[in-house]
Amino acid sequence: MSILIDEQTKVIVQGITGRDGSFHTEAMLKYGTKVVGGVTPGKGGRTVCNLPVFDTVKEAVEQTGAQCSAIFVPAAFAPDAIREAADGGISLIVCITDGIPVLDMVDLYHELKRKHVRIIGPNCPGIISPGKCKVGIMPDFIHKPGGIGMISRSGTLTYEVVYDLSEKNLGQSTCIGIGGDPVIGTGFVDLLEMFENDDDTDAIVLIGEIGGEGEEKAASFIKTSVSKKVVSFISGHSAPPEKRMGHAGAIISAGKGTVEAKEKALQEAGVVVVDRPDQIRDLL
Amino acid sequence: MVKGQVLTGGRGKAGAIRAVMSEAEAESAAKEILGMSVNGFAVKHVLVTERLDIRAEYYAAITVERATRSIVLIISTAGGMDIEDIAAQLPEKIRRFTLAGADEQDSTESLTQWLSESFPNQMLLEQAARIIQNMYQLLRDKDCLLIEINPLVLTAEGRLIAADAKIVFDNNGIARHADIACLMNPEEYTADELEAKDAGLTFVSLSGEIGCIVNGAGLAMAMMDGIKLAGGNPANFLDVGGSSSPQKVLVAMRILLRNSRLKVILVNIFGGITRCDDIAEGILKARNELDINVPIIIRLRGTNEEKGRSMLSNAGMIVTHQTADAIQDAVNCAYGESQQ
Repeated sequence: MSILIDEQTKVIVQGITGRDGSFHTEAMLKYGTKVVGGVTPGKGGRTVCNLPVFDTVKEAVEQTGAQCSAIFVPAAFAPDAIREAADGGISLIVCITDGIPVLDMVDLYHELKRKHVRIIGPNCPGIISPGKCKVGIMPDFIHKPGGIGMISRSGTLTYEVVYDLSEKNLGQSTCIGIGGDPVIGTGFVDLLEMFENDDDTDAIVLIGEIGGEGEEKAASFIKTSVSKKVVSFISGHSAPPEKRMGHAGAIISAGKGTVEAKEKALQEAGVVVVDRPDQIRDLL
Repeated sequence: MVKGQVLTGGRGKAGAIRAVMSEAEAESAAKEILGMSVNGFAVKHVLVTERLDIRAEYYAAITVERATRSIVLIISTAGGMDIEDIAAQLPEKIRRFTLAGADEQDSTESLTQWLSESFPNQMLLEQAARIIQNMYQLLRDKDCLLIEINPLVLTAEGRLIAADAKIVFDNNGIARHADIACLMNPEEYTADELEAKDAGLTFVSLSGEIGCIVNGAGLAMAMMDGIKLAGGNPANFLDVGGSSSPQKVLVAMRILLRNSRLKVILVNIFGGITRCDDIAEGILKARNELDINVPIIIRLRGTNEEKGRSMLSNAGMIVTHQTADAIQDAVNCAYGESQQ
């Protein structure tokens, strides 16, 4: 098993006709993901990677039976694309797009929650259940199927860790990049719960970073509700206070969200916290 | 009042805000303040404003609370001081109200009721409610992440006045507000920061010797942490972002090379949406077009890795496999092998 996506998941790509959309559609198909079509308003009727392109998500869902949508549309149109996916019958949205205004995400988060639609991201690399399905932009060849569940706020840092794990034959059940924005759809806690309940996940790697309170919330959840081993790395020790380091989320504010506070909370919850990402593989 | 204008907090504590009684006093205060720096920001402008007869000071802020993904109003009757200090010393003086989002949203009708606890007098309450509504409207209209009025003062005449305010705009929303984008003052940024911004790079200058070019903020921060652990110091944070074009790498190199402290450039790329061959092309382009007088340590992995790697090795450059090795090589280059 795995969480969120597997070999049965039917996927559409919103923004399939764009440079990144078509490049990664091809990569997903090559990996074995059941990509069944794409959506670009005004370009319905064309084909990309031999897949039908539809004008609307609703049409795409009706024609293909897709449950999951990967969003690659530019930031200015992404909130509408997310809303359209939720209203069009998609139950899992993976939003790769970065640069979506925070207030749009605040509204979308609550709207999607009311509609019982899950969104991963935005500004994230997506999800991969190695050997089964990938919905996102991660380099797939670094992954191996196995029993490690990964949740990360970062993209490239996650690849780094995955590469190390796979090299040591520590395969992964599912890896999720939850995104680096201040307001994201799905946080650590929901995914920790899914991994705890997933029979094929033996241990969990949690990669966090400076800013926000996600890791602290994860720590309290782990303390009460996670029995599996959790290993964690938090980046940002060397980040100067009050400086934005790319992710809008990576900001220290009001003494909360420091790397030290996060590490302490996680350690108190029984999590193994490492200093360097390359130490993770030796502790699983 | 003479107030130094800088994009940072703690101005009062630094002495950059002065109450003056005469024109002469104002002039000498302005002169002093204009020579100051607050938290490393040089004061280049002062605001001369009416001195209010203050009876009470409040704190009012509307911001996005990440944990609950909601928009919250924060009010304190202990205005004038930093909210961090109020939170630490007088936590009972801080009240919060959810304006939007959250699972159990407080109703808008109850806002006035809620405000009346902080502003018991009817005249005050009406003014406060109007100010809060305007703040919320501004936050929504202009994509703000924070609107903080501190202090919100009550004058002897019974008027509530925003005596000072701080507004943080969402970078992701700036494209749809030309009226806000034009407020950006280029003087507040270094030439390097401006060039980086134009090229779509995120760049922060730091005090060390190892120049960093990385894709992704998380990997960049982890690498900087790693450099420190290995005994080195990063010269900068630089995230080339996703879909990196060769041009971005060229600009990144150009910015780093302007730093006189620079001893080595460490490029660490893990390709996802970024393609390693684009990065390699950028490095080769930089080598042809720029005068590079420091060693370049490169670590590539991910999408189109083999292509990028062979482009660089064909040009006689060495590409490292592990981040830890690349960091150690960079530290050795910058400070000599003796550091180990």
